[in-house]
Amino acid sequence: MNYVLLAEQFLNGIQLGLLLFLLSAGLTLVFGIMDLVNLAHGSLYMIGAFFAATFTALTGSFLIGVLLALPATLVVGIVVEIVVLRTLYARNHLDHVLATFGLILFFNELVRVVWGPAGMSIPLPAALDVSVSLLFGITYPIYRIVIILVSLAVAVGLYFLISRTRIGMLIRAGASNRTMAGALGVNIPRLFTLIFGLGAALAGLAGMMIAPVTQASIGMGEQILIFAFVVIVIGGIGSIRGALVGALLIGIIDTMGRSFLDVLLLVVISPAAAETAGPALSSMMIYILMALVLAIRPQGLFPPRGRQ
Amino acid sequence: MTQTSKSQRPQNLWARLRDSRTSVSLLLLAIAAATPLAAPALGQSFYVDVIARIMIWAIAATSLNLILGYGGMVSFGHAVYLGIGAYAMGIMATEGITNGFIQWPLALLLCGFFALIFGAISLRTKGVYFIMITLAFGQMLFFLGISVERYGSDDGLLIFTRSEFDLGFAELDLSNGTTLYYVIWASLIGCIYLSHRIVNSRFGMVLRGAMSNETRMQAIGVPTYRYRLAAFVIAGMMAGLAGLLSANFERFISPDMMNWPRSGELIVMIVLGGMGTLFGPVLGSVAFLMLSELLSTWTEKWHLIFGPFLILVVLFARGGLAGMLERLNPRSDP
Repeated sequence: MNYVLLAEQFLNGIQLGLLLFLLSAGLTLVFGIMDLVNLAHGSLYMIGAFFAATFTALTGSFLIGVLLALPATLVVGIVVEIVVLRTLYARNHLDHVLATFGLILFFNELVRVVWGPAGMSIPLPAALDVSVSLLFGITYPIYRIVIILVSLAVAVGLYFLISRTRIGMLIRAGASNRTMAGALGVNIPRLFTLIFGLGAALAGLAGMMIAPVTQASIGMGEQILIFAFVVIVIGGIGSIRGALVGALLIGIIDTMGRSFLDVLLLVVISPAAAETAGPALSSMMIYILMALVLAIRPQGLFPPRGRQ
Repeated sequence: MTQTSKSQRPQNLWARLRDSRTSVSLLLLAIAAATPLAAPALGQSFYVDVIARIMIWAIAATSLNLILGYGGMVSFGHAVYLGIGAYAMGIMATEGITNGFIQWPLALLLCGFFALIFGAISLRTKGVYFIMITLAFGQMLFFLGISVERYGSDDGLLIFTRSEFDLGFAELDLSNGTTLYYVIWASLIGCIYLSHRIVNSRFGMVLRGAMSNETRMQAIGVPTYRYRLAAFVIAGMMAGLAGLLSANFERFISPDMMNWPRSGELIVMIVLGGMGTLFGPVLGSVAFLMLSELLSTWTEKWHLIFGPFLILVVLFARGGLAGMLERLNPRSDP
């Protein structure tokens, strides 16, 4: 096991973790504040990716594509909130699950109709399509570094938005007691729409940034949505800090597990067995971690204050 | 003092048949029983397979209804037990164990074991955590199924021999399609009857009581966790039976049968049919599978209609099909 590969995979893990954070932050806010289980969050991730692909193809610039796709995803999020989700807040979790499951089917099919079944790839601008050498002979694709930096910037921005601004204050007030906040004159429905739109834009941004690496494809949201669920369950539902820690934990463990678990297993068991057990175990690792966390702290690692 | 509630059904057979939910469901089951005899004569043998599939799903939906409809546990990973049952059979068949008397008990035990572990952990949590954890456990086994190459990984696994139930002097020959069909039919009846007995037993009363008010049940001194866990295990094993039947029927299994959209579809069936009613899951699986069959022959993009339809069902159709049928009942019923 050489340390260059180790460092590279560690960076990949951080990158996946930060991407997951963008997705989980919106999910955890929506759940924490509106008490809404939103399975369709992954659809917004997918739609963000497809918007970015289209706008990039139209304008010829990835940056402009992303800048156009962000508000577009925001608008989709706000429309979904106003048309469908608003009527669901008073319902129970089962209804949320069903209705947003319906939304997923709808969006997947809609994307298939609009963009075709094949998916779209986004060509990276030449400046981003190179690797740079970091310290100690580690080379790393510059675009992945960009993903890490942008996500970090968003995380910091989100922190300031929530803890330092007036809107953030309203969000926190709505989270800890929405009836009281409403009684004090906060326009709760508008706040909800805003938060949902924000969450949608964050999820869309995650999709946009990963699309040049993987490609925009139908169903891309579902896979990562489950990861995001694991993240917010581990972190504690409603907690942004928990989402960040959980996301990094999951990103790093999953990436490292996939690359090194079979090597590690070789120490304990035979090569043939390790070859079978390695991939099997590494794909299960984050769920085992989640089970462990829940067995010890059912409320998650960082349950938000003021709830329960 | 006895209090009559809506869930307590009239005991008299005739009164029961007047309940339109029961009569429609019994009619459906009778149609299912007659299909293998009538369909070939009408030149519609295709429908035998369709109905067999519907019945398998109905068993799975009935099992989920036991914990979701009567216990309030929104398990979003219930399809995983279908997968465990099917894979247990598939793995044994691949390894050369085709004896049904070994396959079936072992598969069901395995389902019970997994349900026990998953349930023990997830039932420590409530509400949305429970939904997400059951979902995650389901995905965990889905990915396990994908990554094990010996048993087909994501291509799935063909099963060459159906389970063999040979006692020497008598044999239940599942390789005969009609026999298998009636085994599925009988299993469905058995599962419906079992869940009827469970729901109306003391155990089922505790389960329903814990759904409507857990604190109250605990205050009376009922350890609700244990009751829930027991129900969870029973439901897991019943879904495992559906998995076994599916593996025998299709002779093909793939990890996709435990993927989370399948769990979502199971929930859809229950809500569509009417959750917390005995025949709701049957009505729901008939409606769901017929509807998807119908819509998909009409347009390839049927999800575009089905998705919004689902949202409308959630918003407006309280009680599902069973609720609609109940409203048809004569008013004079006590």
